[in-house]
Amino acid sequence: MNPPRARDLALTAPALLYLTVFMIIPLLLMLYVSMLERAPFGGVIWGDHTGVAYQKLLFERDLAGNLSFNGDYIAIFARSFRLAAITTVLTLVISIPTALYMTTLSRRRAAFVLFLVTVPFWTNLLVRNFAWILILRNGGTLDQGLQWLGLTRESLDILYTPLATGIGLTYSFLPFMILPTYVALERIDKRLIEAAFDLGADRWRVLSRVVLPLAMPGILAGAILVFVPCLGAYVSPELLGGGKSLMIGNLVQAQFGASRNWPFGAALALVLVAVLMLALLLWRFLQRRMVRTA
Amino acid sequence: MPEQNLLSGRGNAFIAMAALVFLYIPIVTLVALSFNQNDLTTIWSGFSTKWYAAVLDNSDILRATKNSLIVAAVATALATATATATALGVVRSSSAHRGGVEGLLSLPLLVPEIVTAVALLMLFVLTGMPLGLLSVILAHTVFCIPFAYYPIRSRLAGLDPALIEAAADLYASPWKRFVRIELPLLSAGIFAGALLSFISSLGDFVITYFVSGPGSTTLPVYIFGMIRTGVTPEVNALSALFLLASVVMITVAFVITKRVADVARAGPAP
Amino acid sequence: METAIAISGVRKTFRGSSLAALDGVSLNILKNEFFTLLGPSGCGKTTLLRMIAGFENPDEGGIAIDGIVMGSTPPNLRPVNTVFQSYALFPHMSVTQNIAFALEMLGRPRDAIRRRVAEMIRLLRLEGLSERTPAQLSGGQQQRVALGRALAPEPKVLLLDEPLSALDLKLRKEMQIELKRLQMATGITFVFVTHDQEEALRMSDRIAVMRDGKLMQVGRSTEIYERPANLFVAEFIGDANFLPAVCVERNGVGGRFRLSCCGEAVVELIVADANNIATGAKAVLVVRPERVSLAPLQSALLHGEVPEAIYSGSDLMLHARLVDGTLLRVRLSGAVDVPELVGRNAGFAMTGEAVRAFAV
Repeated sequence: MNPPRARDLALTAPALLYLTVFMIIPLLLMLYVSMLERAPFGGVIWGDHTGVAYQKLLFERDLAGNLSFNGDYIAIFARSFRLAAITTVLTLVISIPTALYMTTLSRRRAAFVLFLVTVPFWTNLLVRNFAWILILRNGGTLDQGLQWLGLTRESLDILYTPLATGIGLTYSFLPFMILPTYVALERIDKRLIEAAFDLGADRWRVLSRVVLPLAMPGILAGAILVFVPCLGAYVSPELLGGGKSLMIGNLVQAQFGASRNWPFGAALALVLVAVLMLALLLWRFLQRRMVRTA
Repeated sequence: MPEQNLLSGRGNAFIAMAALVFLYIPIVTLVALSFNQNDLTTIWSGFSTKWYAAVLDNSDILRATKNSLIVAAVATALATATATATALGVVRSSSAHRGGVEGLLSLPLLVPEIVTAVALLMLFVLTGMPLGLLSVILAHTVFCIPFAYYPIRSRLAGLDPALIEAAADLYASPWKRFVRIELPLLSAGIFAGALLSFISSLGDFVITYFVSGPGSTTLPVYIFGMIRTGVTPEVNALSALFLLASVVMITVAFVITKRVADVARAGPAP
Repeated sequence: METAIAISGVRKTFRGSSLAALDGVSLNILKNEFFTLLGPSGCGKTTLLRMIAGFENPDEGGIAIDGIVMGSTPPNLRPVNTVFQSYALFPHMSVTQNIAFALEMLGRPRDAIRRRVAEMIRLLRLEGLSERTPAQLSGGQQQRVALGRALAPEPKVLLLDEPLSALDLKLRKEMQIELKRLQMATGITFVFVTHDQEEALRMSDRIAVMRDGKLMQVGRSTEIYERPANLFVAEFIGDANFLPAVCVERNGVGGRFRLSCCGEAVVELIVADANNIATGAKAVLVVRPERVSLAPLQSALLHGEVPEAIYSGSDLMLHARLVDGTLLRVRLSGAVDVPELVGRNAGFAMTGEAVRAFAV
């Protein structure tokens, strides 16, 4: 391949410039802000560098000025992690059978199902979560349905619980997982599967020894595609979780709303990014191990 | 594929159907309830379209819609032009160049929206830029560029380089080659990219929530505000309308890209 | 005859490759001739063609078209047009628009364009197809549109890059005749690239045989066939028999060679052109199957058993085995009686001028 010609560089320059100015620099700015002191009514005081924001993640000061360990924020991170992990696993569990089913369909049918799966993905996240409010609230359609069927007598009180957040997250991110899973399964050379059956393997063997390992890289990619945004989710926990299942996203937003602690908000966002980078590195590591054992 | 059927039986089919139902029940519920006559929303009392009338009559909603459309249109225009230029600059370039460009371009898609939102807020406030339509447009362009880019790039990659050579061979200058051959053949990709970009911009909430100001409320931000104050039938109707618009747009995008792909696939006959 | 294209000392190595794609190629292509670049894949023929068109530039050496050195002139400024192997028809344009494209680029007036397009449609028998898009045409039709598109601007030279390779056999043979006819009718210099030696022999005025970026031989078809300049050309073009031998004696231009194929018996042949092979040196004698004739056993030069005879109407091809197992292919007229020969020993003869000698 030739080195990039001047013309090519000129063509890509606008995008590179734009993203540097509006993505890289803001991120760097955020890093810098996290090391400044908060100003009383929001914003920051330029000049003094301090690690106060980061300190706040783990410690708090009482009125006498003593530092003590504060596990609240860690708990929120842990909860976010847990919810994101559960959501990822749930979407995986739903996606694999769904995608397997889709591979049995004719090309046209499969394309149609793919279309059906994609449509919710492109509609507004707020609206979709709002629909769940209607369903999960006391006296909402779920309660009405179950009571009408005679299965329950009172409201289930699902809305504004971590369960509701989990349902919302799973719902929001399911298409993110079905698509890559289907693509990964569809890509497998059919002859390998035929050969496996020819050699006498039963369905489970074929699935676990041939199909899933081959599709694993694509499936893992889907898992990352779900986990990453899920960890930083804002809408589902905000609308469906009430104040009781705060995730990192809500915490960050609060720093720029009511709490007015910008450096802390920036610090939180950066820790989120760091956690995600770790997750991505873990994924890379797993991928490489998988390629080696394949 | 008969052999695939060995892999997937009724169990999988059931789960798949359940998944589809799961995906669509909320949407169907939302739309159905938007026609509810009373204002208790979830307790049905009769069919009515009055909430739609209320929505269409609400000047705040109309203004928010107008803002959304303006932002989406401008951001899409900027993003599509930039994405087209980028795709052209990368298609015959070294893999290092392409890797670098695509890496940077994929950042807005990889970084969680909340982080991007905060970072952009930092940028605007700390450089003294007022939070208004302009800040929203600039913010939206950031994620619209990658959305527009990938369909264009994939279409460009599928373009036979011999076609450009043939055009040159037939005396077309570089500019003419671009305008008469590359651009028309790319147009489906550009259209798809623009549409994806438009839909993402219209539907964006988190980033917009952070970088918009009082006069630059977009529809999602407005809806959020309404939901916060309580579940009302207007929100329901508005949400249903929004949903419908998204579905129509994505269907159009799907149909057009499919039709173009079919034409392109029907290459030289034996 | 004037020179249409002068190629001198052209060398090209592609980045990332250690072998030269073109290694010092010089040749002149004359005006109004049907010139073919022939060779196996990887020999550089397509690279050379693309260089004439301007899609590649030589590392060393130069190309002049109509006396004007091209240097790094881009393709859109060269008076040559190309018919691509994949046709490269513009999928979003109709047949008419495709054919008219070059003329539009050249800024010709609309009337002139319309007339010329109609001429091309007539010339290439594309009537009724003018509004179709390439996807709606058969392979043969697409090929003709590609031709029409390239011929419309009346180029000085038409370059054709294996244009017939995608066609089925029957269509291919028809197009070979059609192309030849077109070339003679328009008088345009055609430079044709193919790996099919039969096709080359059938269509060309002159052929350049290439291998590994070098010219193996350049000449008229009859010359290439009857008097191959080296073993590669002898083997690549047509069928040939290769008989190992040793040069026993030289007589001026010619010489006497002892064939190594016949075991104890001393079989010697006097060859008209000994190709400067030294006495005592090893050689290979090459003779075409149709120049070997049957001879009575007693006076025949070579004997062999005939296990196989392949009859194909006009021809009868014998696969004879000589004493040491060497295969001798003999092509006879189909009128010869087959059962007579198969399974028996037969005698073969050949004349001194029919044999070419090459040093090994």
